[in-house]
Amino acid sequence: MEFLVASAVGVLTAGGLYLMLRLRTFPVILGMSLLTYAVNIFLFASGRLTIGAPPILSDDASLYTDPLPQALVLTAIVISFGMTAVVVMIGLGAFLGSDDDHVDDLPDAVDDNTRGAP
Amino acid sequence: MNHWIIAPIVLPAMLAPFIVLAARYHIGIQRVFSLTGVLALIGIAAGLALQVSDGSIVLYQLSDWAAPFGIVLVGDRLSTMMVLLTAVLALFVLLYAIGSGWDNRGRHFHALFQFQLMGIMGAFLTGDLFNLFVFFEVLLIASYGLMIHAGGNARLKAGVQYVLFNLIGSTLFLFALGSIYAQTGTLNMADLANRVAMIGAQDTVGIRVAAVLLLLVFAIKAAVVPLHFWLPSSYAEAPAPVAALFAIMTKVGAYAIIRVYTMIFPPDLAVTAGLHDIWLLPAALLSLAIGMIGVLAAKRLDRLVAFSVIGSMGMVLVSISLFTPAGIAAALYYIVHSTLAGAALFLISDLVRTGRADLELTPQPPIAGTALTAGLFFIGAIAMAGLPPLSGFLGKLLVLDAAYGSDLMVWIWVIVLGSSLISIVGFARAGSILFWKSHSVVPAADAPELSRPAALSYVAVGGLIALLLAHTVFAGQVHGFTIKMAGQLFAPQPYISTVVDTPGKMSKPTKGDH
Repeated sequence: MEFLVASAVGVLTAGGLYLMLRLRTFPVILGMSLLTYAVNIFLFASGRLTIGAPPILSDDASLYTDPLPQALVLTAIVISFGMTAVVVMIGLGAFLGSDDDHVDDLPDAVDDNTRGAP
Repeated sequence: MNHWIIAPIVLPAMLAPFIVLAARYHIGIQRVFSLTGVLALIGIAAGLALQVSDGSIVLYQLSDWAAPFGIVLVGDRLSTMMVLLTAVLALFVLLYAIGSGWDNRGRHFHALFQFQLMGIMGAFLTGDLFNLFVFFEVLLIASYGLMIHAGGNARLKAGVQYVLFNLIGSTLFLFALGSIYAQTGTLNMADLANRVAMIGAQDTVGIRVAAVLLLLVFAIKAAVVPLHFWLPSSYAEAPAPVAALFAIMTKVGAYAIIRVYTMIFPPDLAVTAGLHDIWLLPAALLSLAIGMIGVLAAKRLDRLVAFSVIGSMGMVLVSISLFTPAGIAAALYYIVHSTLAGAALFLISDLVRTGRADLELTPQPPIAGTALTAGLFFIGAIAMAGLPPLSGFLGKLLVLDAAYGSDLMVWIWVIVLGSSLISIVGFARAGSILFWKSHSVVPAADAPELSRPAALSYVAVGGLIALLLAHTVFAGQVHGFTIKMAGQLFAPQPYISTVVDTPGKMSKPTKGDH
């Protein structure tokens, strides 16, 4: 179980980082999503992995899983979900406006030709 | 327990949806509500600052849940000062946005502005690291909207970079929080301070990784070289009033560094030894140098101001990374100065823009109202470059004085003084091209009559300049106050015991808990 979760975090992070180092909006956004999946699993595992136990604390509970990371993950999921939507919309707007989906700044000379900048 | 301390968060949080829902089509009503809200914020913030000025700690337990389990808001001298600074800055920025009509060039400026204020206030007041993350996200979400306010291709393009960079920062923040929680089982700052101090010498790997990750996150927010690449184009392309409000956002990063690295990972903690002096100080010196060289190299006025913000953040962090009471006190004095000066310069660059085709630093025919704008630019540039007699000079003296006798004193003095010279040349060059050489350019015969910026715009910029002057005149009192603040930061025990020991629901954790 630990190995599975740890390698999932690792593989997702590696894939996310690779995609984020691309220069175009779409792969970068995909990379961001992979990275947020990775961080969600990581957060989940930060309260130790307990199998088959409820996340409920009481005085006589002998076995429970830590409920706090679950709350943290829920918050993180909601935020990253919204953020991905925002960045997709802004990226789409930038692409439609300038017909160019690079995330980096092009040199000035190329800039004016490809972008038709003001 | 009084409820005033949550008011700076609740008030904008209620105003923003109200503005969206009830006043969507009435810019006049939006302006009135937004302005009233900010004025009320100033009053509340001043009251809070007064309340804690005797050194007491104000604790607010949400729903009365006791500290490590519930979320707490904590007000001490530092956080209430930052709240007050934000509220005052917001007033002048809002006046400028209304005067120049920027708020009417796109939708929902005032609602986003209020959400932004809510996020910033929350980040300053919270006593919980995860809550800090949430408020960072609130202020970032609002800033994404404000950043691309009024649209335009260049702005959207810069917006994509800004959003992506900050999303990466947020992800790093979550990784840092996850590792901290895995190591200590808590995210409450005061509780963390106790538990980190108890970590034994042999299992420090996780907490050291977490400390470095957290520093990276805050360094991204504070635009420390080499993590500053998001700042120049996003600040330069953002609408001027928004960029002026963003002047406080880099300070949120600086605030978080001060808070976390004096309380949770203090400089004398063996676990994180070397983080402050070996890593942060050189990076800060580098950002000071690169920022000021950028001022000299910039080809556009808005980029010039953006680089001067990076440079002044470098100065703040040089002073912070000394991690002595004198250093922190100087940094806090300089934070107030650089927020006001940076915001004023962004607004002035917009005053220049109203009369020109673009902000390229090339001679163009004189703009309408040149004399007044040039005078304001002159004062703003003197303040930012740190020439006497304004507060930039005093702040720099305090930083140099705090660095006296430290190991890297020669480096600090050389870079601070050298970068000041470079920035003076840069500002002088920009000013002479923009305002003096313009008189030698003959305007085209068919050039349209240029409209002057509105009087309210000048009032807003003049107000910021007046605050800078007041910051200079009352430097003694302000510095005395920041020394007390630094003293409170370096004796965090009252803070910690107030947060951890105040009773509330679940004040006695059951056995087997963590």
